[in-house]
Amino acid sequence: MRRPERDKKPSKRMSRRAFILMGLQVVFMGVLALRMRQLGVKQSEQFRLLAEENRINLQLVPPTRGLIYDRRGTAIAINTPVYRIQMVREQATNPKEVLRKLSEIVPISDNDISDILENMSKRRPWVPVTVTEDITWEHVASVAANAPSLPGVTPIVGSYRQYPAPHEYCHIIGYVGPVSDYDLSKTEDDDPLLRIPRFQIGKNGIETRVDKALRGKAEIKRVEVNSRGRIMREIDSKAGEAGQNLQLTIDSAIQRTALERIGAQSAAAVVMDVRNGDILALASAPTFDANKFVTGISVPDWKALNENKFRPLANKTVSGTYPPGSTYKMIVALAALEAGVVKTDEQIRCLGHVEVYGRRFHCWKRGGHGRVDLVRSLRESCDVYFYDIAERVGIEKISEMARRLGLGTRHDLPLPAIREGLAPTKAWKQSVKGKDWVVGDTLNAGIGQGFTLASPLQLAIMTARLGSGTNIQPRLINTIGDDLVPIKGTDAIDINPEHLELVRRGMFEVVNGARGTARGSRIRTKGMEMAGKTGTSQVRFITKAERARGVIRNEDLPWERRDHALFVGYAPYDNPKYAVSVIVEHGGGGSKAAAPIARDIMLAALQRDDHGYGPLPSQKRRTDDPDEQTPILQSNPKDRA
Amino acid sequence: MSYYDLNNDNLPSGFGKILAYNWALTLLIIAACSVGFLMLFSVADGDINRWARPQMVRFAMGLTLMTIMAFIPISAYRSLSFFAYLFALALLVVVEYFGDVGKGSQRWIDLGFMRLQPSELMKITLVMVLAYYYSWLDRSLVSKPQWLLPPLLLTLLPVALVLRQPDLGTAMLLFAGAAVMMFIAGVSWWYFATGGAAAAGLVYAVLISKGQSWQILKDYQYKRIATFIDPSNDPLGAGYHITQSKIALGSGGFSGRGFMQGTQSRLNFLPEKHTDFIFTTLAEEFGFIGGIALLVIYLLIVMFCVASAASNANRFGALITLGISATFFFYFAVNMSMVMGLAPVVGVPLPLVSYGGSAMLVLMMGFGLVQSAHVHRPR
Repeated sequence: MRRPERDKKPSKRMSRRAFILMGLQVVFMGVLALRMRQLGVKQSEQFRLLAEENRINLQLVPPTRGLIYDRRGTAIAINTPVYRIQMVREQATNPKEVLRKLSEIVPISDNDISDILENMSKRRPWVPVTVTEDITWEHVASVAANAPSLPGVTPIVGSYRQYPAPHEYCHIIGYVGPVSDYDLSKTEDDDPLLRIPRFQIGKNGIETRVDKALRGKAEIKRVEVNSRGRIMREIDSKAGEAGQNLQLTIDSAIQRTALERIGAQSAAAVVMDVRNGDILALASAPTFDANKFVTGISVPDWKALNENKFRPLANKTVSGTYPPGSTYKMIVALAALEAGVVKTDEQIRCLGHVEVYGRRFHCWKRGGHGRVDLVRSLRESCDVYFYDIAERVGIEKISEMARRLGLGTRHDLPLPAIREGLAPTKAWKQSVKGKDWVVGDTLNAGIGQGFTLASPLQLAIMTARLGSGTNIQPRLINTIGDDLVPIKGTDAIDINPEHLELVRRGMFEVVNGARGTARGSRIRTKGMEMAGKTGTSQVRFITKAERARGVIRNEDLPWERRDHALFVGYAPYDNPKYAVSVIVEHGGGGSKAAAPIARDIMLAALQRDDHGYGPLPSQKRRTDDPDEQTPILQSNPKDRA
Repeated sequence: MSYYDLNNDNLPSGFGKILAYNWALTLLIIAACSVGFLMLFSVADGDINRWARPQMVRFAMGLTLMTIMAFIPISAYRSLSFFAYLFALALLVVVEYFGDVGKGSQRWIDLGFMRLQPSELMKITLVMVLAYYYSWLDRSLVSKPQWLLPPLLLTLLPVALVLRQPDLGTAMLLFAGAAVMMFIAGVSWWYFATGGAAAAGLVYAVLISKGQSWQILKDYQYKRIATFIDPSNDPLGAGYHITQSKIALGSGGFSGRGFMQGTQSRLNFLPEKHTDFIFTTLAEEFGFIGGIALLVIYLLIVMFCVASAASNANRFGALITLGISATFFFYFAVNMSMVMGLAPVVGVPLPLVSYGGSAMLVLMMGFGLVQSAHVHRPR
């Protein structure tokens, strides 16, 4: 047997390689240590944040949306409680048995039970599953009474928006609807409530413009969750805030009268208190059912609304702009008087037409009015008088006066799609139309035709300013929560009071004078006499040939080519309280179609002269008691008068 | 077998053996395991019975096993080496046909009181058989190609069986352990250079074979590689382990969030928090300091082994000591790289710390061999 080579010492080569190996190992451990330092020391902040994010979930308890009342305290937007029953599988020891017991109290079919059981088995055991929806308060009460025998079953109270008078306020209040991806894409609002699926936000009208105040703030609970989303404990919670209630300046009774009086026509009416700017009625017809939009409108319903030629979806009071026609004449008169181009008693001869650079401009009265002064020209709405003074004063001064009276400018109301209208200038025509202003344009503007456009709201403001002699501005909301919306523009308007007085006399004559264009619509009640102005604005061009043959009567034209009928007025004439403007789209003559409506609305306002604010039900804070959440519907007996 | 070794006068006997026992190494092992008990206690939310107590019981068994093995002459193991290897190989074959299937791979034989993982056992026996081979082979012959074939065959046989389970991680560890044995035994650098180039080629082949008819790895293994490269791709799916593990490690900061204060493990965000990912809990609760402390313990264990081997004139003993320490190194290096996002997630536990019987007992057996080589080393 060969003796193996004796190793007195380990071979040099082996220990060398052993140390090389150890060196490599130490180097690698160094790498590990550096990596630990990188993660644990350098990037520690970032990772700690991530760990917190992992651990903490936010739970939102949505606030109740603020209610909306009219000036009397009548609720016009409310929240209706909706009751649901939820069940948590792991709390119900025997879900099937619990459901069977529940079905004796609440209507649930055997089919439903198997669906619910299947639904529950698909989810994690602590996730609440909705058992049934849309049950009555009695059901909820009996479930609560039987709670001990129904482990894991909880009644839940939610709410959805409802409008008790869905047609009357559709254009003012608008409606709410579930938040959509589109809504999120265009808002910079980072309110976590918006991330709740199907959370209701304002989609139109005041609901959307005052959405934030109405929405309130969510109660935010921070909870610690484990990796599977199960709540381990509540860390803290930030109290929420119920949405703020609104009180509008609108008076339900007048709003209703206005809409009833308009009837089936396509029209708009605005009633404004000239003393404080309160808008008492803002009626646009036809209307639509706002409640249909809350739950999601059906496609045929939507199509019908969208294709209706009367445009029920548009709020014509602020979004519709029309040539003001003869209602513009007060502006032209004031501009001319201020410029001194016409004397207060100057008479102008009306021959039925004037000729400017070979073009004929007609008065509505074929034979002419003869000699007319300012008051008479307003009373009988002589066009030639205004052609003449408009040409003398020029378009710039007319439009400047129009803006002073609230036309062609934007008024800040919490409504969407408010349009400015147009008080044209030379510069405007040059930049928009690319053409020079001609004298004919000025003449057209003199009778409120041509480029001039105004909305019913603007005409009401104009009338209120004429009547009150102030710069009064409109107000649609009286209070937001506890905050009063300020009254603006009670200072005197920058117009010579003598001129104003003259124009007012003309307006009084329009309604009450022997040959006034609105004499048929005068108010005979002592102390309620109205002053106003009719307007008929042409939407088509009358050719020379047609004029020769005789102008076709409105009744013989298709609806969309008929004239717009307008009327503006205020009353009482000697102590103005309310201003009204009415536009009946393609309604024909202002004196026949618009003035009677305006008179009736004005009467309703005057007869209901007590326009103080009614008390609001006290603002409810969010509680979990369903009774507390039920809005109190206040109904004032006078409303039905 | 060397007749001479048995009669060496220089070898300690009786009480001398206890003096020659590597006490420092033993203390370091106890320290590492104590870190494990502490963390197992913490991840169980203070429930000692859940993981910590069973782990202590196993460690007590392992410590006893190591001590007993330490006093058996190293020459005895040398003569047993080949049989031990054959036994482990046989178990690998058995597990292939009778093993329990867990997590998509076959790895265990259920012995009733514990689950035996033959691939773990193979890590030790492969080191033994290679140490035996190179202590027998004349040193001038180690780099001759024909003398390279037997060790390669001894290695590739179990590697192939483990790959079939399939357990890529263990297969790679086995192969790496064998390569280290050959390196220490003095096989020429050229082979390692060639082998390295071949490995690079293989990796390339593995990557391009994806989706082909001859796809080399399983789909889930490709997924692991993909998520290793970019865990944020799939934060809730396959990248979840790595992402959450890095969050836990990072959120610990310099000094940690405090014992039993780690939210990542407490709230179950960490996967396998008591086994493969236990290091993340340590780093979350004791921070950078805690992580470095464990790394230092591991470093000292490796250094004591290398020092012991360097002073050991017995070639078998020295080879076995270095082989076991290298295997130990690979364990924690791979595990730590994995939890720190430096390596793909392969199922490799943190040695001495992770919860698990098989790995712990096998490792203690390995250290038993190291102790025996130390006690019986000719000076």
